[in-house]
Amino acid sequence: MSILINKNTRVITQGITGKTGQFHTQTSRDYANGQSCYVAGVNPKKAGQDFEGIPIYGTVVEAKQQTGATVSVIYVPPAGAAAAILEAVEAELELVICITEGIPVKDMIELRSSMRNMKSRTLLLGPNCPGVITPDELKIGIMPGHIHRKGRIGVVSRSGTLTYEAVAQLTELGLGQSTAVGIGGDPVNGLKHIDVLKLFNEDPETDAVVMIGEIGGTDEEAAAVWVKEHMSKPVVGFIAGVTAPPGKRMGHAGAIISGGQGTADEKLRIMDASGISVTRDPSKMGSLLKSVL
Amino acid sequence: MKIHEYQAKEILRAYGVKTPKGVPCFSVEEAEEAARKLGGNVWVVKAQIHAGGRGKGGGVKVVKSFDEVKAVSSNILGMQLVTHQTGSAGQLVKRLMVEEGAAIEKELYVGMVVDRSTQTICLMASSEGGMDIEEVAASTPEKIHKIFIDPKQGLDRIASIQLNEKIGLPQQALEKGADLFEGLYQAFVDTDASLAEINPMILTVDGDILALDAKMNFDTNALFRQPKILDMRDFDEEDPAEIEASKFDLSYISLDGDIGCLVNGAGLAMATMDVIKLFGGEPANFLDVGGGATTEKVTEAFKIMLSNPNLKAILVNIFGGIMRCDVIATGVVEAAKQVDLTVPLVVRMKGTNEDLGKQILRESGLPIISSDTMADAAQQVVEAARGGQ
Repeated sequence: MSILINKNTRVITQGITGKTGQFHTQTSRDYANGQSCYVAGVNPKKAGQDFEGIPIYGTVVEAKQQTGATVSVIYVPPAGAAAAILEAVEAELELVICITEGIPVKDMIELRSSMRNMKSRTLLLGPNCPGVITPDELKIGIMPGHIHRKGRIGVVSRSGTLTYEAVAQLTELGLGQSTAVGIGGDPVNGLKHIDVLKLFNEDPETDAVVMIGEIGGTDEEAAAVWVKEHMSKPVVGFIAGVTAPPGKRMGHAGAIISGGQGTADEKLRIMDASGISVTRDPSKMGSLLKSVL
Repeated sequence: MKIHEYQAKEILRAYGVKTPKGVPCFSVEEAEEAARKLGGNVWVVKAQIHAGGRGKGGGVKVVKSFDEVKAVSSNILGMQLVTHQTGSAGQLVKRLMVEEGAAIEKELYVGMVVDRSTQTICLMASSEGGMDIEEVAASTPEKIHKIFIDPKQGLDRIASIQLNEKIGLPQQALEKGADLFEGLYQAFVDTDASLAEINPMILTVDGDILALDAKMNFDTNALFRQPKILDMRDFDEEDPAEIEASKFDLSYISLDGDIGCLVNGAGLAMATMDVIKLFGGEPANFLDVGGGATTEKVTEAFKIMLSNPNLKAILVNIFGGIMRCDVIATGVVEAAKQVDLTVPLVVRMKGTNEDLGKQILRESGLPIISSDTMADAAQQVVEAARGGQ
């Protein structure tokens, strides 16, 4: 098993006709069961056409009705991305994965407010994230598929390449992954560490979790407190940005220490106090996980 | 993106927030003229830089004659103003604001930020005006009152009036206080602000509510639809290396150390800085070349790093995913040939086409130190920097 997605998931791609959407739809479809999982694209101006055999519909609702898809992935440019997420939420999809980087924060706050007001049950992953992969089954997003191996370790992270780093270390040590989830680097997003840890805790085929965070916000702290109370599986952690100066946005919109909050040292302290094994050496994420099994 | 106090006040005034009358000035002559135009017999001369703590650093002075306006303006203009937010070198003052004096009855605080955990806009207010709000939050958190605003519902008038009561405004000023909060909220939402702060907000002896100081920061993701805000950008306040980097879509931040790093991905870039520090070195910068690093981008990144006189070594750390290691290796070799590479270079590559990438580096004939893990690469680069080559 796995969390969020598996080989039976059917996926709609929003923004399938753009350069980024085309490229990643191709590489994702070439991975494992992608051929049967990617069933629809959406573009109101190109409804009725197809992208390499994947039919394009005018709306998400129509794509869902015609194909039975329950998940969408979004490559729509920043200015229209929040509206694209809302369309997928209104179509009552189960999971929406937004890869787009650079969405205005106000758009995300308004979107999250709409989702709360309509009591939406749709899970949002991202934005500004690499996506999610269940090795040997399905890859939805921009991560390199070939570094993954099927197994029993969960990975959850706010960063893209740092996730790949952790995955590659695990794979080299012979530890495969159940699912690897990138929750994204934006300050206002969907699923957080705590939500993904809950899913891994309930997944019978996940034995342990690597949790990767970075400076900014207090989501890692909230997750750590939950882990202490409820998590029945070992969790190891790394936090990027011990050397980051306060008040500076470190690449990711959400990676900023402000008002004295969100420092790496504070996150590491609370994680450690919550029974999460932490390392300050990013090249030791894999070996640390192996040591707690 | 940050703007100056006088610009923030200009924005707030458009939303009905009252401020003392003030004039931005670039010279002593302009400052004197501004004081004469404003009239009265008390003025405040305020250094305009993008950092807080200007008063404590000597950048804000109350003056009572035109001669004093001239003398103080001439002192402040051109000074390296050091505050707790500028670093020890301080920031060169190129702009002033001359403002009419205000008769203060009470000083209060109001601020607005995006609250990440509730995903709403948080309005914070306190009776402790004029203080560093972080200190207030740490020592007397009960003196900070908050309203979380759902943007679909807006700021509730009754809650706003109650908040003004809590921070100690007298009955007859509550409506005016709520008007200021409403103006601040509308300005925040309309301009895609990420932070807005009025510290202090004052009650004057005449019963007026004014913004005596104002600070606004903006969401860079939204600048594409905020041309008026973008026009307010002051390049003099930004690090030249960071401006240069942004032209090439490189995410770069200058730091105090001597080991340059070039990395793909923000998280990995931060982790690379951390691992350098872990092995006893100090990073000279944060640099994320992004997902689509071309030879041109890598070359520019090298030029920017090498323009730092403190630089003693460079660490390139690439995780090849979609981006292939051989492409990056070619970029690094080309860049190293184009620029005069005067410091040792350590390259660590992992992922797609790793072997091919390493081969390209080896066959380039350049003195590149190749490494397999982040820890080893960090040790190598720290050692190379200490070698002082």
